[in-house]
Amino acid sequence: MKKITLIIDGTERTAQEGMTILEAAQEAGITIPTLCYHPSVTPSGSCRLCTVEILKGGKSRLVTACTYPVEEGIEVKTNSAAVRKTRKMLIELLLARCPSVPVLQELGREYGVKKPRLKKIKNEDCILCGLCTQVCQEKMGVSAINFVGRGVNRTVDFPFERMWDVCVACGACTYVCPTGHIQNEAHKVAQLKRKLGIERKCRYMLMGAVSNKLCPHNYECWRCEYDQRTEYRLCEHPVLALKLN
Amino acid sequence: MVSQVDPAAIDRIIDKYQSEEGILIQVLLDVQHEYNWLPEEALKRISERLEIPFSQVYRVASFYKAMSLTPRGKHLVRVCLGTACHVRGAPRILDKVERAINIKAGETTQDMKFSLERVNCLGCCALGPVMVIDGEAYGNLVPAKVEEILNKYD
Amino acid sequence: MVRLQSPAELEELRKHMLAKRDTKKPCITICSGTGCRAYASEKVSTAFEEEIKKQGLDNTIDIKTTGCHGFCEKGPLVVILPGEICYVQVKPTDVAQIISQTIGESKILDQLLYTDPVTGEKAVHESEIPFYKNQTRLVFGNNSKIDPTNIDDYIVLGGYSALSKALFEMTPEEIIAEVKDSGLRGRGGGGFPTGRKWEECRHAPGDIKYVIVNADEGDPGAYMDRSLLEGNPHSVLEGLIIGAYTIGSHVGYIYVREEYPLAVENVFIALSQAEKYGFLGTDILGSGFDFSIKVHRGAGAFVSGESSALMTALEGRVGEPRPKYIHTVISGIWDKPSTLNNVETWANVPLIINKGAAWYASIGTEGSKGTKIFSLVGKVNNTGLVEVPMGTSLRDIIYTIGGGIPKGKKFKAVQTGGPSGGCIPESLIDSPVDFEELSALGSMMGSGGMIVMDEDTCMVDTARYFLDFLSDESCGKCTPCREGIDQMLAILTNITEGKGQDGDIELLEEIAEVTKNASLCALGQTAANPVLSTLRYFRDEYEAHILEKRCPAGVCKALISYYIQPDKCQACLICYRNCPVGAITGAKKQIHVIDQNTCIKCGICFDVCPQRFSAVEKISGRPVPPPLPLEARVIKKKKSKGKK
Repeated sequence: MKKITLIIDGTERTAQEGMTILEAAQEAGITIPTLCYHPSVTPSGSCRLCTVEILKGGKSRLVTACTYPVEEGIEVKTNSAAVRKTRKMLIELLLARCPSVPVLQELGREYGVKKPRLKKIKNEDCILCGLCTQVCQEKMGVSAINFVGRGVNRTVDFPFERMWDVCVACGACTYVCPTGHIQNEAHKVAQLKRKLGIERKCRYMLMGAVSNKLCPHNYECWRCEYDQRTEYRLCEHPVLALKLN
Repeated sequence: MVSQVDPAAIDRIIDKYQSEEGILIQVLLDVQHEYNWLPEEALKRISERLEIPFSQVYRVASFYKAMSLTPRGKHLVRVCLGTACHVRGAPRILDKVERAINIKAGETTQDMKFSLERVNCLGCCALGPVMVIDGEAYGNLVPAKVEEILNKYD
Repeated sequence: MVRLQSPAELEELRKHMLAKRDTKKPCITICSGTGCRAYASEKVSTAFEEEIKKQGLDNTIDIKTTGCHGFCEKGPLVVILPGEICYVQVKPTDVAQIISQTIGESKILDQLLYTDPVTGEKAVHESEIPFYKNQTRLVFGNNSKIDPTNIDDYIVLGGYSALSKALFEMTPEEIIAEVKDSGLRGRGGGGFPTGRKWEECRHAPGDIKYVIVNADEGDPGAYMDRSLLEGNPHSVLEGLIIGAYTIGSHVGYIYVREEYPLAVENVFIALSQAEKYGFLGTDILGSGFDFSIKVHRGAGAFVSGESSALMTALEGRVGEPRPKYIHTVISGIWDKPSTLNNVETWANVPLIINKGAAWYASIGTEGSKGTKIFSLVGKVNNTGLVEVPMGTSLRDIIYTIGGGIPKGKKFKAVQTGGPSGGCIPESLIDSPVDFEELSALGSMMGSGGMIVMDEDTCMVDTARYFLDFLSDESCGKCTPCREGIDQMLAILTNITEGKGQDGDIELLEEIAEVTKNASLCALGQTAANPVLSTLRYFRDEYEAHILEKRCPAGVCKALISYYIQPDKCQACLICYRNCPVGAITGAKKQIHVIDQNTCIKCGICFDVCPQRFSAVEKISGRPVPPPLPLEARVIKKKKSKGKK
């Protein structure tokens, strides 16, 4: 793998060809804020919070670190005035949409967002980052939920707003959701609890991680030794850690 | 008038494309044209045959203006709100149409007679403001003319 | 149709066709573009067919339905060959006379000729009409000579000779050099140098490559591509095949928006006929080059016209843009190198191959070569499609060709570049159409939509209109576009509703900066342009709305009131009868009064009040005078002279 040399925040760093600026920064121990990024799925570049400033061929440009590939000789500024100004407005825009979401309020405090200036205040708690749909598609491979509609009225949902059997309550979506909006796991578990006899399959079996295992704990996984041991072993949600798809 | 979907009809549409890749949108357009909307059973069949997750098919159907997930009325009224028509007073035409048939753009009348849509440019700018009903264009509109045109349709 | 196996066979066929054509035989050509069809040109065509049959003249007179001629204001257009006599606004009832007099007795029907509204001069030939005289119709001109459903018409005019030359007399590298030297830049809005795009794609690694025609034409008010594709589809196909050969692609796509059913139909016919002659398929003209084309329809999403979104849609996925840090010429459809160009760009290619880069580069300005087709629409007399050399001034387009503003109104601004563009005011109307010049003015060339606005257009409402459009069309993937446009729209809506506040303009500018710099695709990045450009040139209008609650153009409903001037009202009862909500009180000889509480500001009273009275006025920014007391509303008849 070819080595690339670039400057991040004034210091020369080396990265591997094919890495993104975000990955190179993380390797160098530099934190860039993100909302729609997760290492186990393809970066979508949709929240734009990881915007950084790059200098290339004498020209300055704002790009998203999660999708921009490292290039030889570029200079990256992860926290310049232009970057902070952009991030502040992005956070204001998101707060106007989701004023009660803790992670946004925290970012707001960090970037000096005081009282709301924007006119239209909504009351959503989904920031449309798409992580839930991505883990369901890329890691679980079932694509039970997806984006619906477009623009400002876009949502994330099951088709026809009905929870289809293809959802197995794996909980990966709940795990990656940055705002706590996604509650599919709880809803689906409630559905599973209504099943009888040999239909009460263990969620790991539904995920495809084991064959033939029934649930003895009424889907209260926090009581289950198997679940505790697996979690301890993987240090990550099983859907993300195991190659199930 | 909810139409019964015959899976064979959906298959016929899909088979026209002879296993070509990337045809989901084209298939959905053909089904929309055939049934005047996209019934759930049709989407299910498409998902099975094309081996595309159901939520993905639904996502595409919900994204595009030309596709309707609810049954559409017998007559499709499209009022152009392109810039040229806007500058020539199209919003007043839309207003008049909405009041005349008692629905807002994007809706269908209770009796399933009319569906109303805003369109962004039909390419008849010389006749602006323009309204197209079932493919027939009515140009040089003034609000006063709207009702008599709509009354032509039963 | 026999499959042609060599350039020589093509030339022979062409000579043979030319020889067979009787140039002296009368031919009635009827414009059948979508615009004229909306004027019922099909009824005119049918009337001609029937009349000719009735009179038994089938063998002596030909009829041809052609693509769009461009002078849409005066449709249906009929041009009679060989004399090139042009009749405008032809009705089915004119048909019998045309056949008996113009064709039968070579008599010209004056009442059907174009009349100059200023000089009163009549024009007999299409080329004499000022609208056409001042254009340079290199790309669009053939529309009036071709029946788009008959490939022979295209061949007779020299069609596919550029393809033949490219395949047999030039190497791909030579073609790239020619296109680069010509200076051709993308006509879809981006203005990227076409030759460079082709070169990058040709050199990209991989054996499978794609070429694409972007016929999504989403800009409202722009319909050049539609008319080109409907009227002369082979000019686009020929350019595409040449491009495919140059880049090394064997599969092409044409992505047409579904709102253009006639274009879709004519493209399918053109493809089938081109295949029969061997211009498509395997071993084209015996060159060994294989190429086939697929057609995809759009489904009603402006954002899907963005190049990366379009490619995603071609893959059958939702047509949303993707990050383009890696260019699509390297990684496009199915991650393969793909060259996407606009309809008009492809149509320019055969010209460049046939006549050479030097000729092409001699037209236009330093940075913008060749001609551009514009759709000149809105508040202009001669609405239609206009083709001029780059560098032509806006004034020439709007006044000399466009005939100026109707109803004696004052020109206010011209909007170019669609929702990504901006407005150019009167003071800058001598500016040339040129990629860089228009950008410097805060607008852009865009795909060619040119919307003329007059004193009755509110610029704040115009900005709001564009943001409303973009909000509806935003895919919603990225924060600055989805939320930023929504918030800017909320501020602008407030301003047009009289709820504007101090600080609104500054906030608009702040949000605009972030949508511009941080959005994922060009829709978001250029979304603020209509706002910024109207602020740049019409800030006073914004301030009037915010500080005085006044709409200078009299458009914003919440800021205007309709008022019947008592000294002008003649109590004719016309407005009284037409008011949809019964807000007007009045009677014969009693001055009419509008009840401001009931009035819904529909403006119908303003429209219907007879011009000689012009009693209804729009008031904005000041209170409406209270209604006269009932007794004062009686109209006393004026005593005529001589009577007691």
